[in-house]
Amino acid sequence: MAVNKNSNGYTFFFAIAMVVVVGAALAVTSQSLKPRQQENDADKKRMDILGAIKVEATRTNAGDLFSEYVVERVSVDYIGNMVNTATGDINATDKSDPFNIDVKKDYRSFIKRIVKESGKNPEELDSRLAEAGVNYPVFKCVKNDTTLYVCPMVGTGLWGPIWGYVALEEDFKTIYGAKFDHKSETPGLGAEIKESFFTLKFEGKKLNVEEPKTMFSVLKGGAITNEHSVDGITGGTITSKGVDEMLNRTFPVYVKYFLNANDQRAER
Amino acid sequence: MSTEVQEVEKAVEKKSEPLFSKKNRKLLSDPLNDSNPITVQVLGICSALAITVQLQQAVIMSLSVLFVMIGGNVIVSLLRNAIPDRIRIIVQLVVIAALVIIVNEVLKAFLPDISEKLSVFVGLIITNCIIMGRLEAFALGNKPGPSFLDAIGNAMGYAWILLAVSIVRELFGSGAISFPGMGQVKFLPEGWFIANGGLYENNNLMILPPMALVVVGVIIWIQRARNTKLIEEN
Repeated sequence: MAVNKNSNGYTFFFAIAMVVVVGAALAVTSQSLKPRQQENDADKKRMDILGAIKVEATRTNAGDLFSEYVVERVSVDYIGNMVNTATGDINATDKSDPFNIDVKKDYRSFIKRIVKESGKNPEELDSRLAEAGVNYPVFKCVKNDTTLYVCPMVGTGLWGPIWGYVALEEDFKTIYGAKFDHKSETPGLGAEIKESFFTLKFEGKKLNVEEPKTMFSVLKGGAITNEHSVDGITGGTITSKGVDEMLNRTFPVYVKYFLNANDQRAER
Repeated sequence: MSTEVQEVEKAVEKKSEPLFSKKNRKLLSDPLNDSNPITVQVLGICSALAITVQLQQAVIMSLSVLFVMIGGNVIVSLLRNAIPDRIRIIVQLVVIAALVIIVNEVLKAFLPDISEKLSVFVGLIITNCIIMGRLEAFALGNKPGPSFLDAIGNAMGYAWILLAVSIVRELFGSGAISFPGMGQVKFLPEGWFIANGGLYENNNLMILPPMALVVVGVIIWIQRARNTKLIEEN
């Protein structure tokens, strides 16, 4: 068969055939590995939540430890009302389970743009976040007979997303533990937010609930801190600011929920 | 480079020689020393600097490159008479990219922790000049057999530098070596460290990327001192 390898027709045919074959191969690979990858992501999430209440978990025992410590999973809306609650085993396909709320995806698809567009105008930001209809998961844990609440949060660092899990004590003010991570911050600078020297600074600090706009501050490196703030990372100013923004945007939602829940408990 | 390719091609076409003929054995051994991709051709330096902090990462990276390299070389070699000249670079890129995505997905599914540490560098195998270079310079003009050997040779040439650098860096930087599947093995008793009242301290500079460059430089120095063929005449 004499085919002119350099004719336009052949070139187009080859390119199209190649794309179809490669596309199909990649689709098959991706689909067949997806369940395993989702399982890995869920384990990682369990490890992070446990990390916030200072329980060291590995991938193998994360599931067991999670069901041991986490007693209830709650999702709340922006004004602090409870939306859903779940206990016991996690069903990965049950979208109403607060554990399956993808906070990173919600942030990426809704909140990020809102913050970018109206971050400088607090009232507008507040009303637009309320309209976004995003639910916030919170994990109620019991460790050594004390109740702890783990609040997941997502924000933006210098190069990409940053996220964290912060555990609050029963007074809904004191930070019990925190765990931060990032996708692509600069190693040695912004990437240090995941190191323990930074997260340890949060322990024992208190949220300033009287000040809903700045409940907690991450200050510029070297500043004098009080009980409502921590020292940021030198050379990682933008990442530190991202952590600050993330905390101050997310904590008010959880605090509203805690106060609501407290009121209801008092009424009963 | 091109004359070398033509010669090999001629030799292969003359008669069907056995897979492990002298010439083909050279395909395996040359990249280890005389034409090492990192120390002689200075390709693929970026990943060699970035993921040599721990031996385990270097091993996984080397295996990933080996897989992509073999797959890419064999596939392109099989298609070499069908690939239109005008889009050959794009075809090579698509083949490499597809293989890299497969490696990345497999790592994510089976070795999530390592996949996290290697992060973007697995994706960057796509731009690893060694692979593209071998496809363009060798696989496009040779049969699958020799291309397969060439791929193994070059991947091994890349791998041994990576392993050597990572052993030095991890041993002096962290005082331990992380053998794959065994976790980190510490070589010095805890009491020897300054923090515990001893006299030894890990060299933190070793963990930082610049030190990888220095270690690669030292390897190049040693290699050239022993292999005088490599020294250019002025």
